[in-house]
This record gives sequence, C-alpha cells and structure tokens, in this order.
Amino acid sequence: MSFSEIDGSGAVLVAAQRRVEMVVLKADLSNKTTRATLKKLLGGPVPAPRKIVNNVAWMAPDELLIMVPDGSSADGLVALLNAGVKAPVLAVDVSDARAVFSLKGNHAREVLAKGAPVDLSPGAFGPGDFRRTRLGQVAVAFWLEAEDEFQLVCFASMREFMFDWLVNAAQKDSLPGYF
Amino acid sequence: MSFRLPEGGCLIDRGQPVSFSFNGKAMQGFAGDTLASALMANDQRMVGRSFKYHRPRGIMASGVEEPNALMNMEEGARFEPNQRATTQEIFAGLQARSQNHWPSLGFDIGALNNHLSRFLPAGFYYKTFMKPQWAWKHVFEPIIRRSAGLGQVPGARDADRYEHFYVYTDILIVGGGLAGFEAALEAGRAGARVLLLEQSPYYGGRAMVDDIELGGRSGPAHIAHLLAQLERMENVTLRLRIQGAGVFDHGYALGYERVNDHAPDTRPRHRLWRIRAARIISATGALERPLSFAGNDIPGVMLAGAARDYIRLYGVAPGARTVVACNNDDAYRTALALHGAGLEVPLIVDARLKGGGELAEQARSLGIRVANGHAIARVNGGKQVTGVEVCLQSGTGGAVETIACDCVAMSGGFSPVVHLWSHCGGKLNWDAANGMFTPDPARPPTDHNGEGFVLAAGSAFGALQTDACIKSAISAARQAGEEVGRSLAEEPAPRRVRQEQVASPLPVWAMPAKAPYALRAKSWLDFQNDVKVSDVQLAAREGFESVEHTKRYTTLGMATDQGKLSNINGLAVLADSLAAEIPQVGTTTFRPPYTPISLGAIAGEAAGRLFKPTRKTAMHEWHARRGAIFEPVGDWLRPYAYPQQGERVQDAINREIRATRNGVGLFDASTLGKIMVKGPDAGRFLDLVYTNMISSLKPGKCRYGLMCNENGFLIDDGVVARLSEDSFLCHTTTGGAGNIHAHMEEWLQTEWWDLEVFTLDLTEQFAQIVVAGPEARKVLEALGGLDVSRAALPFMGFVEGELAGIKARVFRISFSGELSYEIAVPAGQGVLLWNLLLQAGGEHGIAPYGTEALHVMRAEKGFVVVGDESDGTVTPYDLGMGWAVSKKKDDFIGKRGMQRSFLTAEGRKQLVGLRTLSDREKLPEGAHAVADGKALGHVTSSYFSPTLQHPIAMALIQNGQARMGEVLEFRADGKLYKARVVDPVFYDRKGARQDV
Repeated sequence: MSFSEIDGSGAVLVAAQRRVEMVVLKADLSNKTTRATLKKLLGGPVPAPRKIVNNVAWMAPDELLIMVPDGSSADGLVALLNAGVKAPVLAVDVSDARAVFSLKGNHAREVLAKGAPVDLSPGAFGPGDFRRTRLGQVAVAFWLEAEDEFQLVCFASMREFMFDWLVNAAQKDSLPGYF
Repeated sequence: MSFRLPEGGCLIDRGQPVSFSFNGKAMQGFAGDTLASALMANDQRMVGRSFKYHRPRGIMASGVEEPNALMNMEEGARFEPNQRATTQEIFAGLQARSQNHWPSLGFDIGALNNHLSRFLPAGFYYKTFMKPQWAWKHVFEPIIRRSAGLGQVPGARDADRYEHFYVYTDILIVGGGLAGFEAALEAGRAGARVLLLEQSPYYGGRAMVDDIELGGRSGPAHIAHLLAQLERMENVTLRLRIQGAGVFDHGYALGYERVNDHAPDTRPRHRLWRIRAARIISATGALERPLSFAGNDIPGVMLAGAARDYIRLYGVAPGARTVVACNNDDAYRTALALHGAGLEVPLIVDARLKGGGELAEQARSLGIRVANGHAIARVNGGKQVTGVEVCLQSGTGGAVETIACDCVAMSGGFSPVVHLWSHCGGKLNWDAANGMFTPDPARPPTDHNGEGFVLAAGSAFGALQTDACIKSAISAARQAGEEVGRSLAEEPAPRRVRQEQVASPLPVWAMPAKAPYALRAKSWLDFQNDVKVSDVQLAAREGFESVEHTKRYTTLGMATDQGKLSNINGLAVLADSLAAEIPQVGTTTFRPPYTPISLGAIAGEAAGRLFKPTRKTAMHEWHARRGAIFEPVGDWLRPYAYPQQGERVQDAINREIRATRNGVGLFDASTLGKIMVKGPDAGRFLDLVYTNMISSLKPGKCRYGLMCNENGFLIDDGVVARLSEDSFLCHTTTGGAGNIHAHMEEWLQTEWWDLEVFTLDLTEQFAQIVVAGPEARKVLEALGGLDVSRAALPFMGFVEGELAGIKARVFRISFSGELSYEIAVPAGQGVLLWNLLLQAGGEHGIAPYGTEALHVMRAEKGFVVVGDESDGTVTPYDLGMGWAVSKKKDDFIGKRGMQRSFLTAEGRKQLVGLRTLSDREKLPEGAHAVADGKALGHVTSSYFSPTLQHPIAMALIQNGQARMGEVLEFRADGKLYKARVVDPVFYDRKGARQDV
C-alpha cells in the first residue's frame, strides 16, 4: 500500500492511497450456478449483504466490488470474469474511478460517525462488515481493514474534498468520546 | 435586592472566582454559576426590556423556560444574540449585554410604549398599518423591522466550527433527573444499550433542590448513589450539556450538545447528535407556571421553584424579603428554603381556601404567616418590586393589606414537558385535578410498525410526587426494555420514599378571580412577547376562537421561548373567555426543536471549504496552473476560459474559438456522464429509455439520442456508442450523470425487472479529451498508434486501441461542428495524454478552450443544451428534433406523454434562431419577446459569434417555425431590441466541416 497524501496531525491518521486496482462485477448473485462459478473464480464465497470477504465486497443485490490482489491485474480479472461467468455479466475495471483512503487510529469510528448514518459501535460494526453509505455529502463505502484501521472509497473526483473532510473531522480536540 | 448568601450552593465553587462583564460593567461570580445566578449575586435583577412596551424585565426562571433574561453574548465573530442567561454558564472574560433598549437598560426611550399600551392592543399591527399601501414598503415595514426583534443580527462571519455525530441505541432517555436515572438503571440492568442526555451541566434535576428523602438518603445523595451504579454499566452512556431537542419519525431524535459554550476553546462549539433509538423515554420534567396577577412582570417577581434553585444550587438570595404566592403545595418548599437560608418570608398568599398539606403545616410551625383564600392584587414597583397588595382571591382586587417586600415567588402549578412526547404525534389528556396536560399512554407517537416508540416518565408523565415519579420511570424502562428485547423478570426492590401528605392544587387562571380590566391589562401571560390577559380576551371577543389563530393574532407563545410559561395560562384564559372547557380549546402544536438550536449545529461541518463537495477532473491542476477561470457545473468545477496574461475574458473566449475553427482546440470533456449498459436486453432497454432507435446501431458506431420523462419532456441528451453486441456506453450531460443512472435503475428495478440488463456509472473511470478543428487529425496522427483516417474512423464511429501507447477509445463525434475526436483514456492517464496532445498540436497553434467557447461554437451550429434550450416543459418536437423521436417503436418513456392534446396543439413555443437587426446589439438571455402586450417566448441562449462577427441567439417562440423572417421586439434592461427570426443553425448548415 502506498500513499499519495498523509495527514497525521489529528486523532486519526488520514492517508490517501495511490491507485488501488479494483473491478466492479454485476451479475445475478441469487443464481446458484453463478455463485458457485464466482466462488471458484474469486477464490472465496460471494459475501453476504453488507459484508466484505477476502477483499470482495457486497455493493448491491447484483453488484460486487473486488479489490484486485497484488500480483494480479484488473484487466486480467475482468477477462477472467467475463469469460468464466456463463450468465449475463458486467465486469469492468474501475481503478481510476475511485479514490481510496485509510483511517488509522483508535478513534477512527468516531471520525466516520460524524458523517455516516451507520451504527459504528464496535458491537455493531466489526471486521468483515461493509457499508455503502455517505460521509457528509459524499457517497462512500467503507470497511475495517484491521481492528483500528478503516478503508474508505469514494469517487476519484472527490479525492481532495474527501481528504479535507476527513482531516477536519479527525482534529484532535473534536472527538465526541462516545465509542 | 438579590445577593450572594454566605454559604450554600451545591453547584458553585467559592474557591474559584470568575470575572465577567454585563453592559460593560465588571462583575464577579464563581465557577459553576450561570450568568443569571452571577448577575443576581451582583444585585442585577433587571436584565432587559420587554419586546413591545419596553418594560423593565428581570430574571424569572432558572432554566430553558426563561423568557426575559436574553443576552447579546460576546463580540465580533463570536457575537450571538438571544442567549439565555439562565442556561449560560459563566467563564472568565464572558461579555454579556442586555437587549431591546435604547439608549440604555436603565433609561429606555421605547418605554414610552408602556404609557401608550392602551393604544397597542392585540392585533395592533394588523389594525393600524393598513393604508396607504405605498407606506408599507417605505414607512411601516422599516419602522417595524427596527423596533421588532430581540437581539442584534451578528455582523461578522461565525468563527466557530460545528459538527454532527450519528449514534444508534436501544433506548434513548432524555433527562438526567430522578426519573431519567431510575429508568436508565432499570434499562441498564436489563442489558439494553442506553444513552441518557441531560441538557444542564449537572444531573439530578429537582432532586438536587427539593427536600426529598429516598432509601434514607437525601435527594443529592440518592442521585450520587445512582450515578455511581450507572457509571459502572458499560452499556449505559450518560452525557451532560446535550438537550434532547426533537423527536422525529422512525425513532430518530436530535441531541443538541453545547460543547464549549461554558468554556470557549478550540473544540467544535456545538455538536448535533443524530440519534436512532428503538425506544425513547422522555423524562424531561415539568415547568412551573406563573400566576396572572397585575405587575407579575416587575423585576423581582419570579417562579417559586427558580427562587429555590438560586438558593440551593448557587447560594444566591433572590431577595431579602420574599412574598410567596401560590395555588399548590410545592411553593411552600420555597418558603421553607428561604426561611432556612435566613431570609424573610413575610407572607405566603395561598389562593386555596383550605390551604396546603404537610408542607404548609411545616411553614406555619416555623412561624411563617399564611393567608388562605387570598391573592395578589398588584405588585408595586417599577424597576424592581417594592411591595404587594393582597386581596381576596374570590374578589375584584380590593386590597386588604399592603406588604413591603423586594421579591415575589409565584407558583401557578406545573405543566409536564410533553414536547418530545408530542413532536411526533403523541396525544395528551387533560388532568383537571392538577390543571395540566399529561401524555396519554394509550395514544403514543407510533413508529413504522404502528407501535408507540416514545414513553414518558416522571413529572413529564404527570407524576409530580417522588413515589409516583419513580414508579413511572421503572415502568417505562421495563416496557421499553421488553420492546427492545431486553427485559428482566424480577422487578427492582421498591425504594423507601418519605412522601409528604399533599393537598390538591386549585386551578387559578386569573388572580384575583374577578380582576377588573385595569388589573388584567397589567397581568402578563407571555413575558417575552408582551401578551397580557386582556389581549387574549380581546382576541376571543374579536372572533379568534382557535388557539392557533389566537397565537398568531396576539403573538402568545411565539418567539424564542415558544410559550413554555405562557401557553397553558393563555389557553385557559381563552377557554374561559369562550366559556369552553380547556381540553376543547386544546394546545398549539409542539414542534421541534424544544429550544432554539444554533444554525451552525444544523449545518455541521458543511461551511466554508466543506460547504459543498467539489468534483475535479484528472486535468484540474493543469487547468488551474494555466490560469483557467472555473465555473461550477453540477458539483464539478470546469474551466470556463483560459485568459492569458493581461487578456480580457471575452477576448480569451474569442481567441479559443478562432483557434479551434481555424486550427485545433483541446477541451476537457471528462465530466460528461458515461453510463455502461450491458446485457442480452441492453438494446431493447435503450430503445425504451431513448426517444430514438438505439438497437439498430452497429457495434463501433455512435448515435445522438434524446431522453424524455414520462410526460414527454426532454431530460437529457448525448451520444450512445455501441461497444459490442450486448454493451453500450451512454454519454449524458455533465449534470445529468447521476440522475440518469438513477432514472435507468428505477425503470429497470420497478417496471422492466424482466429485462436482463446491467447499468454502471463509469463517468469517473475515464478522462475524456476533445481534439477539435481542421487540424485535429494531424495531431492524433502525430501521436501515432491508431488509424484515425476518414476511412478507418468515419464521422459517428469509434475505434479502440493504443494512442501514443495509452489505452484509448476514440470517438468521431462533434459538438463544435468541426472535425472532432473525443478520446477516452483511464482517468489516471488523462494528464499524460493532455500534455502529449498539446505538444503534438504545438505546430498547429493548438489552444485549450473552456466551456464558454464550447457553448458559443455549439450555438453557432444550432445545437441545444439541455437546461438552456429546455426547461422541463419542452419536448423534442418543440426543439425541431422530431427526427430524433422514433415513429416505429411501440413504446418508449415519454411516448404517450407527447401525444397528449396540449403537447400536440398549435401554438407551442418552438426553437428558432434570432439575428438582431443591429450587429452591435446582443440580446440578453431570458429577454421576452412581446407583441400586443403578450409574451411570445424568451431568449434561451445569446452570444457574440467571433466566427460570424455578429451576435447570435436562440429562443423559444410561439409558433416559431411559422415566423421565419418576422421581426420581434424584446424589452429588457430598459431597452428595446429588435431581432429577426431565423434558422437556429448559423454556421455550416450542411455539416460539411465535421464530416471530413
């Protein structure tokens, strides 16, 4: 993981990552054959709603977001999925369309809870959980990469705005102290 | 006079003096003081002037219900009006100023109104400022605006920051008094997630002040005992200084946190808690009501409970000699507290003939005189109380005795704070015995399952006595716990409560009962809005029978306190005047927020730089460095023009256009929406979404398409490219990308769920660069890698491959009318390609052009822009684009809409071009064509064309197509313009330039 911009002045480390390879897959995920095929192609089960498993995230009843593992390429995965899934499928490289951020620190939950209408208490949102929601006025999705580290994606054109938003929300003297 | 007592005050720290100023005068209080208690400690009881009559007003209450003590706080960028002295904690250096007077608090010119009061009755404005009509704008309104209002409007930009915070919990408890604590303990024991909010800086509520005894402990000791247990529970969170401000549908509640109003620092000033709770327990207490006797607004008259608060919480004597006036037992506690603090209580005036219960006996046994069946006829004094005249409650106010005093503590009974119960529709019962509205548990506000989601506890439920208060709290907590799946079988051990024997209160709405007009006209109901008993009675006589109408007519219960003290008294007077029962008259509507909350808290972090998301393309930095002027389009920032050193913007636009028309231009089109549509039924789906035929498009080809809504009105346009047999890329307008994607998904998910189609918004994946102009092909050829010749890549075709080694898709489409290529590359490669194109175009004088040059060039070509030439009421036919509406298709969105009679009728506005008769005059956009006094239509786009060297315009004109050659008159900006109706295509009608 490499970063293009880091701010460590706040209670949480905010880092904008360099390009992360990712692919969107749209298919009928309720179809058993498709699920079985995807399990084989992705090397793991199709995640349940609002979950992320093995870097594959549930985005919608017919949509997955797949973080391309190191050593593979988005192009390769797109080709694999298009060829492998026999049912109608849409698989596209969206690496350039997204900005990815890391939020690292004990208080990352509180920073996100300032903008996302999501129950972020440790009992309700843990490793493996994934939410497609909004942060302030920006559409985002996030999940826990580690116990104290969130990963967040938004549209690439919002990268600067999102970074500023996160740095503002992470200011040291502004934590609600709830979680 | 009011003063600091030598001892007492459980909230203040006498070891920590705090300096502050009031009206510029330096004063001192102690840490823990409110501004109100500190002012009283400095013998400053008069704190403002009233709204209408400018009467001197004093501190009346000790909490959020305070109507009078509103302050202009601080200075400059931290200035804020209407801050309640009773809820503002003092801090070192605090600056407060009283409001609503000129030139000073002590001497106020506006007080003349007080002597004119008989000429300023209810509805005064409506009756007086009628004629002449012109005077409204020039005389009345300016005067009213200057004289109305309380505090001043801040002049500087707010220096503070604010934020939101989302919280989810099983049970939200609002109120950290005895009821809230008992409920939290019971719900906490059962294992529910509990969040308890207390608006003040301390827990305990009345238990800290009233002499109650629980389990052998005093009130404060019991609260400490409960607090210790609650703090040990991991599932229970307690927070101070957060007000439960509003309850909304689906268990949504707002908490208004005043983070550092008590100690300004760099933290966010306010935080708005946006809470989702399965159940909400409203333990918000009750508010004491004033009594309506003449002069009840003179500084020194205050609520009995507040007088007690100042003694017990802050160690402040509200007066040296206090007369207590009441209709209930609770006020006797104040007499006892005053007596206990060594202060004089010359008389308790109790309107009840039989007097009070155990507490009254205690008072008597201490030698305090009690006058049963008596009332206050009037309060003597101007800027402060000097005495009271006592009369019989049943009479007309003939005084039997005058008592010298400097303070009057009054209690007219209690009103449960039913606001949170009522915000979302909880209904109330009228408790005639106690004279109060209480929540009806059988008619709670209901959630999405039809179940009640708010429960009331303690005195907010109407349980005014300690034992009943605890019982209702436990019961509410157990019910809420059960409903969120957290319940305990065993009930908690009952608390041993020492409960005094209490006598019933007597409803007293006027004091004395038969007060004549002279007294009623000085008996205040609403202190903040200067509404008297006589005003409500007048409103009733004038036919205002609805309590809501009376409120608006008299202003009873308006402004910042929303009638916290006045509502029940006011509607009781109204009911009496109408000879109706109180429940029949009913209350006005309780609306959130409970008290005013700051606009900053509502905006949260969305201010300044973070006001609105800004979207930037991959080439944004380059544009900025090149000196581009940006314009917002949707959330995007797009280069409007690239003026060079010393160049005027209009000259830059003209230069960019000439460069493109004569050589080659470069344009950032990345913001255009790009929606991928894929699946076996993709063609069928797009035939339904677009007005023209899309399924007949061959792979590798592009087609311009229109989209309408169900009404047949144009909503978007753009070029569709068929990528393969089963996949299309649909370009939308910049502002339309998100909406059109949602529009497609809505139709797919709700109507055409049987179609096998997937859509995905790929707008951001690609940087899209337009290379346009006669030399465009040479530039692409110089980059190499792709055959872009006319044969290999004809107009309205596209190819994929590598351009200068970058993976690219190149479309031959044109919005400028020139030979034009739109090159899409992964966004991350955008800057690289942009620079390569600039380099390669150098020898042809390549120039980047902005959105304005684009708009001029498209207007020269007669191309429409959705949102300029269309406004949501325009069909493709109106725009002369019937050619893009398929006659062969069975159906598409908007087909039936377009067939409605008035969309096919004669006389609709149609798109035309306009050529001003003078080449020096450019029509203003939006100018209306007028003939015979009727509007014919308006100018939709207007530019100066540097290509044609004259102005050009487009317009929507009634029967426009039939008016070709006609000269129309436009009036705008005080000028008359004449323009001839012409074809909207001004340049290269045959389209030869783009197809080379």
